[in-house]
Amino acid sequence: MIDRYVRQYEALAANGGGRAPDWLKSLRRAAIDGFRETGFPSGRDEEWRFTSVAPIVRTDFGPAAGGGAVVAADLQPFLFGHDEWPRMVFVDGRYRADLSSPAAAAGLQVSTLAEALAADPKGLETEFGRHVVPDATPFTALNTALAPDGVVIRAARGTVFAQPIHLLFVASREAEGAAFHPRVLVLVEREARIQLVESYVSLGDRARYLTNTVCEIAMGEGSWVEHSRIQRESEGGYHIGFTQVSQARDSHYRSFSLAMGGAIVRHNLHTRLNAPNTEALLYGLYLGRGDQLIDNHTTIFHDQPNCRSWEVYKGILDDRSHGVFNGKIFVKPEAQKTDAKQTNRALLLSDAAKIDTKPQLEIFADDVKCTHGATVGNLDLLSGFYLRSRGIPDAVARRVLTYAFAAEVLDEISAVPVRSALDRLVRDRLGVGS
Amino acid sequence: MAPLLEIKDLHASVGDKEILKGINLTVNAGEVHAIMGPNGSGKSTLAQVIAGHPAYTVTGGEIRYLDQDLTDMDPEERAQAGVFLAFQYPVEIPGVTNAYFLRSAYNEIRKARGLEEVDPIDFVDLLEEKLKVVEWGPDIMQRAVNSGFSGGEKKRNEILQMAVLEPKLALLDETDSGLDIDALRIVANGVNALKRPDNAYVVVTHYQRLLNHIVPDFVHVLADGQIVKSGGKELALELESKGYEWLTGVAEATAS
Ligand SMILES: Nc1ncnc2c1ncn2[C@@H]1O[C@H](COP(=O)(O)OP(=O)(O)O)[C@@H](O)[C@H]1O
Ligand SMILES: [Mg+2]
Repeated sequence: MIDRYVRQYEALAANGGGRAPDWLKSLRRAAIDGFRETGFPSGRDEEWRFTSVAPIVRTDFGPAAGGGAVVAADLQPFLFGHDEWPRMVFVDGRYRADLSSPAAAAGLQVSTLAEALAADPKGLETEFGRHVVPDATPFTALNTALAPDGVVIRAARGTVFAQPIHLLFVASREAEGAAFHPRVLVLVEREARIQLVESYVSLGDRARYLTNTVCEIAMGEGSWVEHSRIQRESEGGYHIGFTQVSQARDSHYRSFSLAMGGAIVRHNLHTRLNAPNTEALLYGLYLGRGDQLIDNHTTIFHDQPNCRSWEVYKGILDDRSHGVFNGKIFVKPEAQKTDAKQTNRALLLSDAAKIDTKPQLEIFADDVKCTHGATVGNLDLLSGFYLRSRGIPDAVARRVLTYAFAAEVLDEISAVPVRSALDRLVRDRLGVGS
Repeated sequence: MAPLLEIKDLHASVGDKEILKGINLTVNAGEVHAIMGPNGSGKSTLAQVIAGHPAYTVTGGEIRYLDQDLTDMDPEERAQAGVFLAFQYPVEIPGVTNAYFLRSAYNEIRKARGLEEVDPIDFVDLLEEKLKVVEWGPDIMQRAVNSGFSGGEKKRNEILQMAVLEPKLALLDETDSGLDIDALRIVANGVNALKRPDNAYVVVTHYQRLLNHIVPDFVHVLADGQIVKSGGKELALELESKGYEWLTGVAEATAS
């Protein structure tokens, strides 16, 4: 099963990969060697204790065919009513120039990885694969070895770009049986500000495919990034993602992550507060039903003093779905005056739904304020009675309260069109009108 | 015509603990009843039992409302039939706007009565009138239900809900407690504005001062789960000067 991926790597290296600059070739070679050694994670691996990827390992995923017949009209439901936002569209792993409209603004470059490398072969050497550790997980290594292309965004110093930049990864109706390895590199230079929307969507209902994605975001001094990540894969599909952020002094990173698709889902979101006075706000919402397994692992590295992190993740789990949350906060000895707060709440809507949750705070500085709270519960009876005493039937009251639980994090999405679209999506999913 | 509310020998418990120990009370349309009594005597329990709170079990007696047996009905069915409880402690519901909450309640009640639902735009018109009752502007509707509201705002919000839902039987549980003079006036004016010959109020209060604004036809004193005395509005004044001790035989701890 490992050999299958090694063969894909060799095919890629012989093919388009041959044009890659030497540094990238050796990065890919090291990644595949690493993967060959580790193989896929197993339940013995602490990091994957609750999340079995056996079905992914067992499946004979082929390389992306990239031929899915997708037309502009298919994308309309996913564009937040803003066709004019800069957009990079990948269908079944392949860039689709005909569906994309990269930005042409001063100071902002949005291009494919291939284009960026062609324009400046050495320009990305110090960034690509340098923020995420290539072997952070075996899947990350696999992505590094196999990503045929990707997206590069570069906001030059001081550039403030008002429109969200949308990266849309589409699994077509013909995605069944394929594996995709999207790769994103975002470079936000000093004092630049951007909004990023990263969507994973599927046009087929139950298609079984694998999205294995890696996103690196490098933030310069005083820069701002607002990042919405929307995971709406097919409920038969698998989604493994790794997001790594590096933050320089005075930078502000704000993330909202929605996970509602996929049969087996794992997302790692790591941010490294590399310099004093940086801030990271992480909000997450995950909705599980059927037999979905949704795993969020977040890590905040408080490496330097006077930094603040604020994290709120909420899960709503129905049927036999299974949620996993692991929130790590590492505070180095020099990171005095750290202010870190983590909250993680899950709502179980059925007896068979379950959540494994593990806050993990490792604090080596003494003058810090670090708190975490985890709650797992059912709907509040008192609130339920209040709604019912106003004539709202029990079943409706339950749905309204479930939505209310989600709304507290949805409200944190700063881009209004994104917020209202996701609000509608979540309402639909939970059966609550507007 | 049958009384609006007829309670006969009502007993109710939480777990093994009996709280209501044989209540008798008849309320006709057009009347205002005040229920007074020391802390812990069962006033809120009575109000909650009438509204159908699932924590309480009715162990004996009956509650008839317009000749229906209320105890068989879910809380939402009671509300749909015209029963309304203004909570002593209104519940905060972050994430649900007042507008959505009120419109849902309004429409669910209409649906249950076989009426057509009102769309959000028409509802805004309807609300405009109702907001005047509590002297509020439209901004309050975009805030989450009671979330971060002051004590007074929560009580006003209860009156606003009552104004929108137009109940036949309104139970006000200490809607006056914790209000400053201004808020008290607003709440009392609201109640008086909504008073009609075909509806009735049961006002639970600890103090005479609300009854200066909302004049009761009957005053009942509840002590240890039973109504120990009933009278006219002058009974409230008597209680104000004498306290409850002469009725209950127990001195009440001074209210803090
Ligand atoms: N849900 C409950 N669980 C346990 N005890 C309760 C509950 N509700 C009321 N009680 C008890 O019943 C008695 C009457 O309470 P309550 O009806 O709130 O009195 P009042 O409103 O007159 O102050 C008190 O002793 C109170 O502690
Ligand atoms: Mg009370």
